[in-house]
Amino acid sequence: MILTGFSIVAILLGGVLSLLLGNSSRKAALFSSLGISLGAILGLFQVFAALFASVPLSFSAEWSVPYGSFDVGIDSLSALFLIPVFILSALSALYGARYLPELAGRKSTGSSWFYLSLLIVSMVAVIIARNAILFLFAWEIMALSSFFLVCFNSERKNVRSAGWTYLVATHIGTAFLFLFFAIAGVRAGSFNFSEWGTLSSLASPELFGMFLLAVVGFGSKAGVIPLHVWLPEAHPAAPSHISAIMSGVMIKTGIYGLLRMMIFFGFDHIWLGYLLIFIGLTSGVLGVLYALAQHDLKSLLAYHSVENIGIIFLGIGIGTVGVASGANVVAALGFAGALLHVLNHALFKGLLFLGAGSVLYSTRTTSIDRLGGLLKRMPVTGASFLVGSVAIAGLPPLNGFVSELLIYLSAILYISHLSASNLAGIWSFVPALITIAGLALIGGLASACFAKAFGVVFLGEPREEGASKSSEVPMAMRLPMIVLSGACAFIGLCGPLILGLMIPVLVSSISLDGESAGSALSFARWPMIVVASAATVLIFLTGAVMYLRKRLLRRREVTTSPTWDCGYELPSPKMQYTASSFAAPLVGLFKSLVRIRTSPPVLKDFFPDGGSYEAHPADIFREGIFAPLFKFIQKTAFAFRWLQNGSVHLYILYIAFTLLALLLWKLGGL
Amino acid sequence: MMNMIGLINIAAALVLAPLVPGIINRTKAKFAGRKGAPLLQNYYDIIKLLRKGAVISWSATWISKIGPAISLVAVMISLSLLPLGGGASFLSFSGDLILFAYLLGVARFFVVLSALDAGSSFEGMGASRDVMFSALAEPTLMISLLTLARVSDSFSLSGIYSGLASSWGGHGMAIFLAAVVLFIVLLAENSRIPIDDPNTHLELTMIHEVMVLDLGGPDLAFITYGAALKLWIFSSLFGGVIFPSSSSSCALSLLSSISIIFITAIAVGVVESTMARLKMMRVPQLLSGAASVAMLAFLISFLLG
Repeated sequence: MILTGFSIVAILLGGVLSLLLGNSSRKAALFSSLGISLGAILGLFQVFAALFASVPLSFSAEWSVPYGSFDVGIDSLSALFLIPVFILSALSALYGARYLPELAGRKSTGSSWFYLSLLIVSMVAVIIARNAILFLFAWEIMALSSFFLVCFNSERKNVRSAGWTYLVATHIGTAFLFLFFAIAGVRAGSFNFSEWGTLSSLASPELFGMFLLAVVGFGSKAGVIPLHVWLPEAHPAAPSHISAIMSGVMIKTGIYGLLRMMIFFGFDHIWLGYLLIFIGLTSGVLGVLYALAQHDLKSLLAYHSVENIGIIFLGIGIGTVGVASGANVVAALGFAGALLHVLNHALFKGLLFLGAGSVLYSTRTTSIDRLGGLLKRMPVTGASFLVGSVAIAGLPPLNGFVSELLIYLSAILYISHLSASNLAGIWSFVPALITIAGLALIGGLASACFAKAFGVVFLGEPREEGASKSSEVPMAMRLPMIVLSGACAFIGLCGPLILGLMIPVLVSSISLDGESAGSALSFARWPMIVVASAATVLIFLTGAVMYLRKRLLRRREVTTSPTWDCGYELPSPKMQYTASSFAAPLVGLFKSLVRIRTSPPVLKDFFPDGGSYEAHPADIFREGIFAPLFKFIQKTAFAFRWLQNGSVHLYILYIAFTLLALLLWKLGGL
Repeated sequence: MMNMIGLINIAAALVLAPLVPGIINRTKAKFAGRKGAPLLQNYYDIIKLLRKGAVISWSATWISKIGPAISLVAVMISLSLLPLGGGASFLSFSGDLILFAYLLGVARFFVVLSALDAGSSFEGMGASRDVMFSALAEPTLMISLLTLARVSDSFSLSGIYSGLASSWGGHGMAIFLAAVVLFIVLLAENSRIPIDDPNTHLELTMIHEVMVLDLGGPDLAFITYGAALKLWIFSSLFGGVIFPSSSSSCALSLLSSISIIFITAIAVGVVESTMARLKMMRVPQLLSGAASVAMLAFLISFLLG
């Protein structure tokens, strides 16, 4: 654990130094990105050691906080979640070192770097904490530091409102977690996780209640529907390297927390799996539908986080169903798929947010319908964004497909497990069916969405001046994107290798022993080999076909001409299909779920001059649930306004009355 | 599993696939009382295109160059998972139908990107419709294949298709419904009437044809060849359900399944000659209807199993 300690110190030291040097944004960026990178490298050494250690690493010390103790540990589950935290934090920090000073202008960046290091350290602390109080402490620091990071551009009204939404949402989640940890701590008789194994013996109704608390608490951080409303606000408002960290790894702490608690509950409850599959299906399908309707690149990516969290929930859900029905292979593949998707999503979502940041850096906008033709102007950013798009759409030969395939295989095996047992009723097949059909629908919609995002932003002609005058971003920003693209390809091409990595994680999460986890996963070995070889062949054969094409065209006339426009002589970039029109038919199919609010141009007089048209996708959960709810709370609170009239005398009177009432109560109790 | 005989399937597909569009067009010509283009016209087209130069849009990037190549290659690789008649595919694993469907997804994704590359509103329109229909067709295909997997108790395409012959008796209803759905998916994925009209003359009404407006020469040849292969693949998926091969002789079953593919092509030609194209906004209804039928088939496979 000593390396983790050093890593935390290095990261914090970088943050504090840059806080002190905040006036020079170059120095601040240098110190903190150095500190974070050094810390990440140290941390990664420890993580890989822990991943294959036979006994989980742990460290324990006294802590003066009531019920708290400084218990930390890294088992393979923690290690798996720490890998993306360190990798993505380091790469985003390197990216931010170039990005943030440019974005900030004359604003001081020291505090932003300080909060970033605090965020990274608190994420690490959440993942290694083995005491409920320590966990909540780290959880709260994580929420606050990310709030300050979101509010970097607080001079803008929309950023302030996004920050406010985030602060409220995260604390509602934390309130549920407080309740959850309090009950769990009382029931287990200790706040140390090491003694929480007894929780699994609780009666079902109580377990169900606690599970609901945990799902709401952790789910609001992970961003499951309908608790997702803060994501599409906060991610676009934050600087892009921060969005990458928040979306890539911070929301995964919600998944981590839920998994950690489920280990204490035991996975032996089939309804738990059903519930998770239901949550996963709604988040996955609605997340990608909302993403499709967005025309701001970063909001689109934020809704895709909701979708991917849904996919992870589907995997955990089908895995839990597998454990509960005693099918080891189903369980192992479901959890392996979900956990690998946690890692994969961090890689490609980080990549895509950094790509969106580069677009913003170079064109000053992320509004998709103002962009276009960027691939010619920003070749490296464009190519990496394409890699990210293929990966997030879950298409071979990249990593998104590998983890989704594992979840598919788990659901398929569950169907054959049920068929073999012959006892299963027809409805017990439904969870597996909706997992498969849901994943297929999500996959189809996601590729539509990224065909739109990549196609409209990077292909065609620039629609406005910002896009036509853009140029490639500096090397320091390109390098992290290249590294992340490489990582996406690596996992896509080395599926069988990655599968071995999952064995220790399965051992520590669903308590299969190493041997049965290995034999369960060996089912997936051959499919993974086929997928890896298909991916390799895809790449090489494409190369061969491209060579053939080149040979064929070598001595022939290759001319360029304007795009075919039915003979119209003056093509203008405005005539291109926009993102909104591209998505309109698909979004229209689901118009009961996704509303597009439009304000059509109003024509006045006989000779109207100019007109404008606006369309905004509206989130029905925000407008239908949370807005009325908070309006109601506000109204109720205002009803008591007369109590607070500003007169100090009256307040003293309240205090006196309260004390008197307490005194009477105490006396009455005697 | 790896099966060397499966290489014959791949070779047969690569050689014979361009015949399928030829047969469809011949059928349509016969219905219309025309003489029609030669049966081998698709081969001539591909060879002619391969020998031409290219005209490339000003707006195009390397995506237009690599897109047709990737999509052709992805379809070719999916061939290695496709069984032909009773003969197993070259590669198979339990769950390979997922990889199969996703490889076709890769092919589509890159055709769509090449369409958007030219920055034309027509091509954007075609791409938008294509992704809409395929987003609906993909789960439909998956559920109907799952139904077949359920009744034949195997989750690899080879296992499914070799097991079907013996399951028609017990699960006739479910298999029949799945076959109907597969036929609709065949029409949708290959842009045939009533979803799309390959012979339409107006850019505004096209789907597949408009997406490739700005491609020419070898690129268009790759797209045309890829489309023929895709037609072969879906005809084989459908034909293999209707007439599952049970012959013990390998050569005989190969021959019979190839002729079933050609018969399916005739059926497509008949549909195209006798039906009008659906209104664009009715297509999603057709596809979601097909998805519901597929779900029904899946559930029926339990009730009557």
